[in-house]
Formats: sequence, C-alpha cells, structure tokens
Amino acid sequence: MKSIILSKTYPPPPFCEKEILRYANCKNENENIRALVNKCINEIKNKLTYRVCYCELPIKITDNICDFETFSVKSEKLAFNLKGAEKTILFAATIGTEIDRIIIKYGRLSPVKSLIFHAIGTERIEALCDAFCADIEKEYHIQLAQRFSPGYSDLPLSDQKNIFAVLEPEKRIGLTLNDSFVMSPSKSVTAFIGLNGKQNLNKCSDCNKLDCTFRGV
Amino acid sequence: MDFRKYLKNNIVYLDGGMGTLLQDKGLKPGEHPECWNLLHPEVITNIHKAYFDAGSNVVCTNTFGANCIKFDDDKLELIIKSAITNAKTAREQSVIKNEKFIALDIGPSGKLLKPLGDLDFEDAVNVFAKTVKLGVKYGVDLIIIETMNDSYETKAALLAAKENCDLPIIVSNAYGEDGKLMTGATPDAMVAMLEGMGVDALGANCSLGPHQLRSVIEQLLKKASVPVILKPNAGLPKSENGKTVFDIDADEFSAEVTNLVKKGVRVIGGCCGTTPEYIKSLFSRTSSCKPVNVVPKNLTVVSSYTHAVEFGEKPILIGERINPTGKKLFKQALIDNDMDYILAEGVNQQEKGVHILDVNVGLPDIDEVSMLKHTVCELQSVVDLPLQIDTSNIVAMEQALRRYNGKAMINSVNGKKESLETVLPLVKKYGGLIVALTLDENGIPDTAEGRVKIAENILKVASEYGIEKKDIIFDSLAMTISASNKSALSTLSSLRTIKKQLGCHTSLGISNVSFGLPNRDAINSTFFALALENGLSSAIMNPYSADMMKTYYTYNALKGLDENCSEYISAAEHFSVTTVHDTICPQKNAEEYSSALQNAVIKGFKEKSAEITKELILKTPPLDIINNEIIPALNIVGNGYENKTVYLPQLLMSAEAAKSAFEVIKASMSGKEKTVTNNTIVIATVRGDIHDIGKNIVKLLLENYGFYVVDLGKDVPAEEIVEKVIELHAPLAALSALMTTTVPAMEETIKLLKEKAQWCKIVVGGAVLTQEYADKIGADKYAKDAMESVRYAQLIMLNKTN
Repeated sequence: MKSIILSKTYPPPPFCEKEILRYANCKNENENIRALVNKCINEIKNKLTYRVCYCELPIKITDNICDFETFSVKSEKLAFNLKGAEKTILFAATIGTEIDRIIIKYGRLSPVKSLIFHAIGTERIEALCDAFCADIEKEYHIQLAQRFSPGYSDLPLSDQKNIFAVLEPEKRIGLTLNDSFVMSPSKSVTAFIGLNGKQNLNKCSDCNKLDCTFRGV
Repeated sequence: MDFRKYLKNNIVYLDGGMGTLLQDKGLKPGEHPECWNLLHPEVITNIHKAYFDAGSNVVCTNTFGANCIKFDDDKLELIIKSAITNAKTAREQSVIKNEKFIALDIGPSGKLLKPLGDLDFEDAVNVFAKTVKLGVKYGVDLIIIETMNDSYETKAALLAAKENCDLPIIVSNAYGEDGKLMTGATPDAMVAMLEGMGVDALGANCSLGPHQLRSVIEQLLKKASVPVILKPNAGLPKSENGKTVFDIDADEFSAEVTNLVKKGVRVIGGCCGTTPEYIKSLFSRTSSCKPVNVVPKNLTVVSSYTHAVEFGEKPILIGERINPTGKKLFKQALIDNDMDYILAEGVNQQEKGVHILDVNVGLPDIDEVSMLKHTVCELQSVVDLPLQIDTSNIVAMEQALRRYNGKAMINSVNGKKESLETVLPLVKKYGGLIVALTLDENGIPDTAEGRVKIAENILKVASEYGIEKKDIIFDSLAMTISASNKSALSTLSSLRTIKKQLGCHTSLGISNVSFGLPNRDAINSTFFALALENGLSSAIMNPYSADMMKTYYTYNALKGLDENCSEYISAAEHFSVTTVHDTICPQKNAEEYSSALQNAVIKGFKEKSAEITKELILKTPPLDIINNEIIPALNIVGNGYENKTVYLPQLLMSAEAAKSAFEVIKASMSGKEKTVTNNTIVIATVRGDIHDIGKNIVKLLLENYGFYVVDLGKDVPAEEIVEKVIELHAPLAALSALMTTTVPAMEETIKLLKEKAQWCKIVVGGAVLTQEYADKIGADKYAKDAMESVRYAQLIMLNKTN
C-alpha cells in the first residue's frame, strides 16, 4: 500500500483561558494574571500558523509489536491503544516558529511572560490536534481513541525518527527533529490514532507518572 | 552558452516534480529519493530526459536532500556523482534543439538553525559547502537552492555556494499561505538579503499552487532587480480514492503561470505534482511570449529575518543606545557580559518606535570580535529590527556580517584608501547598506564642497567593487557647535548637495552637534528638524528623548508623510506624560513608601516597584531597602508558594517586580560596593537539552535573593560548566534537565565536577528528576522547585561563611 501524505492549514481554534492557566500551573488565578494572559494572547495570536500533515498507515499487531509496513515499533501501551484497528492515522502538527521566538525573547526579559507563552503554546498545539482529530472523526464516521505520541508511557522518543522519515514534516510543515529527538518548533506534536473506534486508555490512571501535577484520578 | 547570458535575453524553463514521479515508480515512504541515482539510474535519467524533451532548459539533479547530515561522505560523493552523470546522459539523449543546462539541486538540510533549532550557522555553511564542492567537481552549469523555508538557512546555503564556486546561483524559497517563509521573512526581506549577496535570480517554489503564490510573485516582481523564478506545485494536494491528486491540471497550471510570465516572471517550472506534461503545456503556451525586461528598482533597503526597511521620503530612526560611549552602566554590562541588559536596550528602543538598531560594543578591554558576533546573534533572537553593525574593527565587522540574518546596515567606511580597501569587499560579499563618512586622509573638510568631493570619490571606488549607489548612504558628519559655530551649517549644506546632486540617501549622528552644551536635547531636536528639511534620510538618535521623538512625529505630520496625522495623534498621547515624580504623591513619607514597596512586590507590579524604589533611595540606605522591604516581601510570596496559596505565575510576577526594584538600587550603587564573599552560582541546562524555562525561573529567584548567578544557557557541555565553576571558584552549581534522554549528560557533568571542582556543591532539578534519580547520579541536592533551590543556596552560603 502506498501512503499518501496530505497537508492542511487550520484557522485559529478558539483560545481557552482555563487551559492556559492550568498549563501555567496556576490554580487560583486573579485579575492580575488574567490580564497578563490576555495581553500575551493578543501579542501572539496573529503570529501563529496551524499546520498538520498526515497519512493513513496499515497496522498489524503481534506480541506488542506494531507493524506499520514501512516501519514497526515495540510498545505494549501503543499496541493496546491500536488494538482492533486495521488502519491508523499518523500525523504531525505544529503552530510554527513564532511561539519559540517569543518564548526565547521573554526567557531573557520576563520569565513570567515566558511561562505564560509556554502555556499558551501548549494550549494552542493541543487545540490544533483536537481540531484535526475532530476532522478525522467526521471523515471516518468514528469516535477516536486517545492520540498516542512518542514519549507517552513505553513508546520511546527515538521512534520519532521513523515518524519523520514517513511524514517528511520538514518540508511539508516546517517541523524538524534534532539528534536528541526533540522537535523544533517546540510546540508540535506527532501521534498515532487508531481507526478502531473507542479503545481508550485512561489518560491518567494508565500513565506511570505518579507525581504529575495534572494527574486526575 | 553561458547560463547568465542565456538568462539575460530569454524565458528560462526549469523542470517539474521529481518526488511524485518516483513514488509512482515505487519509491517507498521513508526511502531516500537520492539513493535512486545509484539504484535506478535509468529511471532518473528517463525523467530528466522527459523534461528536456518537454522543453526544459534546466534540469535539477536529484540531490534535494543530498547532504552530509543524511549521508556519510563516501555515499554523498557517489550520490552526487551519479546524479550529475544521470542528468548529463539525459542531456545527450534528448534530441530537442534548445539550450540545456544542469543545475545542482540543493534543498533544506532538514534541521532548524539556532536559536530556534540546534544547527549552528557555520555548521550549516559547512554542510552545504560539501555538497557544492562535489557538484563543482563533477561538473554542473549552475546551482539552484530551492524550497528553503528559513532565511537563515538560505543564507548559509548561498554563502557556501558563493565561497566554493563562481557558477551562477539561483535561489527559490517556499512561502506559506500567509505570504511569508516559515520563520517569518516577507518577500521584501528575501529580495533585500538575496540581492545584497548577489544572486542571479530569485523566487518562489513548492508549498502552494500558482494561484496561491500570485501575490508573493507580484511582490517579488515589484522589488527585485534580478529575474524572478516561479516553480509552483500543481495546486494543492488532496486524497482521492486512495491516491494523492493535485487540484489543477496541466492546462490550468500553464494558463496561470503564463499570466505571471506576462507580468515579468522570467524563470518558470513546476514543483510537487507537476510532470513533463505540465512543462510541455507551459512551454507551448509561453513560447510566443516576449521576455519582459528586468528593470533595476534602485531601492535603498536593509532587512532583518522578518521584514525590510526601505529608505524614502519618510525619515528612518536608528536607535543609538546600544553603545558604551559615555554610558557607565552599559560599559559595566559589557565587562560583566550581562547580555540581558544589552537585550533590554534593544527591546526598549523598539518599543519607542525606532526602525533600525545601531550595535556598537567596542571597549578597549573586551574581545570585540566575539562580543559583537555574540551580541548580534542574541539581539536577533529577541528583536526583529534590522541592525546597523557599528565597528571600526574589520574582523569584528566580517564576523558579525557573516552571522547576520538579513541585509545589515554597516557603520562605516570613509574616504581613506585603507578603509575603502578593507570594508568594501565585505559589503560586496555579504551584502549591506554601507554608511560612508565624508572624511579622508586629510581629515574632515570644513566646507560642503570638500565633503561632497570625498563622497564622489567613494562612489567611484565603490562602483569599481561592483557596489551600487543605492547601497551607499552618506554621513556628512555632525560636529559640535560649541567648538565652531558654523559647523552645523557646513553639515547641513553638504547634506543638501549629496541628496540633490549625487542622489544618495543620508544619515547623521545627531547628538554630536550639541557636545559640551547644556540641555542638549533642545539643540539636538532642532538640528534634527533642520537636517530633515535639508535632505536627511535617517538619523542615529536617542529614542528615549521626548524632544527628538516629538520632532520626528511633527515633521512627518507637517510634511504630509503621516496619513490623517494618525501616528502623530497616537504618539501625542504620551507627550504630556512627565516624570515619575508627578505620578507619586510627593508628600508621602519614607514609611508609607516602604510598605508601598512591599505591597507592589507582593502584587507583582513591575513599573510601580521601580518607581517607588526611585523615591525611596533618596532617603534610605540601599541595604535597608533590600533587607527591610524587598526580602520580606519575597519571603511572604515564597512562603505562600511553598504552602500552595500562591502559584507559579504570581511568584514570578513578584520576582520580576523585585528585580526591577533591585535594578534601581544597582544603578544607584554602581561601582560603589562589591560583595566580599563569593556567592556565585553557575547555572545551566545540560548538553542535549534545549529546555530552559525552569532554569530561567530558578535563576530569577536566586538573583532576587542576592546571589550572583552566571547563566551558561541551554545545551551546555559538561566541560564548559566545569571550566566556569573553576574560573569563578563557585561554591554552587545548579543543573537542569527536562528529558530522560539528557539525564546521562547531567550525570557526566556531575562526575566531572566532583573530579575537578570538589568544593562545589551541585543542586539539580527539572521535570524528569526525582530524589532517587538525583541520588543515583550523585547530586548533592534535588530541588523540586525554584524556592527549594533558593533555600539550599542560602544554606550552602551560610555554612561557608561560618
């Protein structure tokens, strides 16, 4: 099977202040912080781009090895997540370099703004992924399981290499990978989504990071 | 025929897509298309031949990703050699009678350059240089640098090509839907930089179809004085019955490209999704078109990595504050390598409305070459204004120009033979707008005639180096009227003549005129107005001076350069704001101020904290302010944070407010007091890790509590950290890592520190670390957050003094 890689640009998804505050680790926000968050949103909102590239891959699972034909990865949790699917969507998404520029800038000038921009960037990229997944759900008439990225649970970061080889996001959406498997722009996501209907891992209780600040029940 | 000659009088046809055709022939996802030069040479040759047969004058070798990041040296040579052989074979086989050229194709490296990514600029130049050298060795006719979506990487590739061959070089960038490159450059900015460096043609390819690229192309045609390239995709890709299809066919493609050829595009071809059929259609539709002449635009322009600044009727402001001359604090910042101070000067001037920043970091005691290079790179990571590289050190000038992302303004050259011979070759090589001072071996002529004569000579010599008039801007030298009361008049009169007779743009360092006189702003701003009226195009000036800014806005409004006076009106809102003294109630006593300061710090009001401190410091000893006001306020917030009643953003807002108060105190104490005990802390994110927010937060808080923090940045090798600790005999090192993959680097750093600097304690932190991890890798302390680092640092320093 030949995989076809498509690219898409999205309009800005609506901002969610509550999520931004959560990512900024702020639980008792006051007017002061709110005003700062809004100021930061205004400073960045016209500078972001919302780009995704993706393809459909076949999947065969044997003994926790997920075989995508052109490459395979070993991960018990991903295998569980993709169980029952014959196909999977592999995607890469980014909100571009401007968010990194501004984080670098305020890293030198105002750590609090740098923190807020980090939080905004995280909220933005997650919102973009949500918008993309909503499109896929519509297109395939299916409810999707949790998207699954390298670095989650037992799926090593080094699998980014295979993902980048397939999607070539460098030339499609300007997303690059360094030698330690870190992506630039930093506010970017790569992930698998199984086209298997809901086969969900619980976001929190199935994760091993027990000291996570965002851990729910 | 020579490619340059052919380009002069003809429409040049490039080839179409390669990747999409190879996929049809069985190229698998993840497989390198470049390897097919060796594995399936006949396939590649046939594709090249099909393009030549369809009418292409130029085929691009199948070497888009052929670089030493993806392939080892031997493999790289084999690939490039066979790629060129395949193209040559195709040229021999094609019987169509037209001019045929082979271009060495260079695509992006796949890495993002620093500061956004991890590839160093010079490393990028070396990567491209290897590919270029091999292309030259095996014989190509020209070089095409294409699909570049970052201006800095484009510059690296272009520099590599220029330094390793004399072949024609054409450069094409990938613009997004927003009409910019992925890293932000507009078409205007790219034209400025690329023409400055002497490309033979420039344009746009890939990413979009001809319809979507239309506005980018029209903009390039408006600004470029070299031929424009258009090599678009076959529209936009979509999925249809399990196949990728592009949304426009050969006919629609060639119709739209032809429209743009009629507007002036001179080099055409296709990118993703296009096939020999598209080129054939393009060829037959345009073969009767007469090539539109390329007209020189004569624009005087500089650029940053985002935008271009054009010199015209409206005056350009060049901020003068990044310069140690006469500035005690700035000098100290240079000596201490306090980059944050210098960067803040850049950002503040931008907020005041300057268009360009002058950068001068020359001091007798510092290494200007590395300082200037470093400052230019750092400034370009926080401000997007074009920079004016201001130095008389020729090595420093070259290093800074090399690293500069865009087309810089250069300050300066003068009429002396030695100056012309050393500076002008740099302008030619790196591009730039050069400020030329009207002085020579005999000094500064008193008369306007004398200065104009020098200007004429500079123009003559520059043209011998191939530098055009538009890239020279004259400074007719403002000198103080306190020494000679006619000096302003000669400056103004030479300004007028240079602008009118020579048709050149002009610049002046305004404030020199008032040296030695009281209330200099009054003289400066009036002189500024006179100079503008006499043809001044740009001024090196102090944007913090309200008088100067008033002159600028009123001049524009009066001269019809400010539509509806809107800039004047919005600037005028701030004209009436007077000094800080008026905003704080003057009858307040010291006590009220002090509780006010605590309150401002706790609430996180940055400006207010500074203002109150300014008042307070008139009556209260600095140490009392710190110990009785700032530290208690910080402790309240810090305790709140530890008890989870205050959260991280509030903690940081207070820390920044405290910092702004400290800065006021520091400025008032400058040079007077130095702490005797060594409370140095060396802080860094370890090698391989580029995350630094946690480290920055810890640094800010440590500084708040009075520690001298030396920040080595992110991705720092163990050796560098150890070296610094030894040099400063630092009692504490703080290491940060965010990723599990970089914990080994942290362990290595600790090992080396324990070996070479036994006195130094080590505190570690970061998202992946835990107490167990910290114990395992031998750290003295694991701090779960910034406050815990502060408490530990206090403990260490206390033990040391006891």
